Amino acid sequence: MPASTIQLKSRVLIGAVATLAGPKESQGPLKKHFNKALRDDLLGLTSYELAESKIHESAIRYLLNKTNYMPQDIDLCIAGDLTDELYATNFAMRTLEIPFVGSFGACATYGAAIALAARIIDASVFKQRIICSVSSHFSTAERQFRFPLELGTQRTPLAQWTVTGAGAMLINKTEGRIRIESVTFGRVVDWGVKDANNMGGAMAPAAMNTMIRHFKDTRRQPRYYDLIITGDLGHTGALLLKQLMYERSYDLDQTNYTDCGVLIFDRETQKVEQGGSGPACSALVFNAYVYKKLLEGSIGRVLLVTTGALISKTSCLQKQSIPAIAHAVSFERI
Amino acid sequence: MLAGMMYMEDQRYLELIKQRAPKTRHLRTMIAAFFVGGFICCIGQAFNDLCAYFFPALNPSTIKQIVPLVLVVLATLLTCIGIYDKIGEIGGAGSIIPITGFANSIISPAIEHKREGIINGVCANMFKIAGPVLVIGIVASVLSGIIALVLKSVT
Repeated sequence: MPASTIQLKSRVLIGAVATLAGPKESQGPLKKHFNKALRDDLLGLTSYELAESKIHESAIRYLLNKTNYMPQDIDLCIAGDLTDELYATNFAMRTLEIPFVGSFGACATYGAAIALAARIIDASVFKQRIICSVSSHFSTAERQFRFPLELGTQRTPLAQWTVTGAGAMLINKTEGRIRIESVTFGRVVDWGVKDANNMGGAMAPAAMNTMIRHFKDTRRQPRYYDLIITGDLGHTGALLLKQLMYERSYDLDQTNYTDCGVLIFDRETQKVEQGGSGPACSALVFNAYVYKKLLEGSIGRVLLVTTGALISKTSCLQKQSIPAIAHAVSFERI
Repeated sequence: MLAGMMYMEDQRYLELIKQRAPKTRHLRTMIAAFFVGGFICCIGQAFNDLCAYFFPALNPSTIKQIVPLVLVVLATLLTCIGIYDKIGEIGGAGSIIPITGFANSIISPAIEHKREGIINGVCANMFKIAGPVLVIGIVASVLSGIIALVLKSVT
């Protein structure tokens, strides 16, 4: 098999997952699946960045409590978020005594972290435990990439709503019923989309690139999976991806394909235009909803393709197009 | 097949996006902008007329200076209590173009950056959005002033 997709040789399992969802997310269609729902997105702190940091930390602590591990039992934490210099993640790690590697892949961070962790666990002979976690916050992302919250602007029909929340996953070799079977790391793809509001459009080619490489390397058809789920392409992005895949003779309409950004909000009542985005979008949907379905046994094989638009405020002002990346992880019930 | 398609402008794909992406409903947003903008102007005019009615002693040019002040204070208040951004969501340009929108564009970054302190936060970021408007406005007024001066001296 080419190096592009890595099939894990040993049993790498998901030990447990945790989710913390913000107020808007916990009113959405997946509300009953989250571990914890926040009523206030500032948490009584002085800034939204600190609040996001607290949410991130709480998700990891919740995961530790659930699994009865102490921070000292964890060998590594691979985590990230959207803020400059990973403000939220770095500050969350101050109080957790866990070795930590920050990672940034925009909204694709979760998939990248899982793929990395799975590879490390696969290669290790010892009993290792790695936590992958991501967070995002609507208010910190708006400030980072867009306008002040109180500015009276109109959202374009292509806009997406950054998910507030955090998701964490424990990966190990010993416990768990869901196996990580193979991973495909993404390549940066840029087809010249310049509209910073049209992130789905920018990310669809990257998702297609990673998916096709995954299918070719593993000699599988999309039908092999009971569910193929992309990160945060949104309604239009998912449509574009289907079209791109169809043109390359992979018909996603024949499979159970959906998008985390589409699932997390109700488009009609919650005024989110294209759906959710942000690293926490795929983390919340996968941890709360897809993982539960895998455990129940209603689906057996899942391909998670987290997608990220690698845009920066500066590149946007310099009129550059938007590079995008997508990482695929294949999960299997055992 | 996948080689060489990582980074290039794909005109066919950009065309596909144009076809598939939902468009802004211009007629609806324009009608909303017309009514919201019109309503804000009506408030200004009403205040103007009421002032003239209740305080006949004030001369019209003083009233014309008071009206924008009142609108700015109103917009600031509405921004601070988190209502103006909701008006903006409906009104679009209708609530951005009037002087109330200008007030909103100064107050909203000021609120946003209060957490970084008065000097480096509020003062440094206040004109982040309104800055270009001020610069272009001042430059335009200076230029038109020079033109007017030249024309006057010629004639």
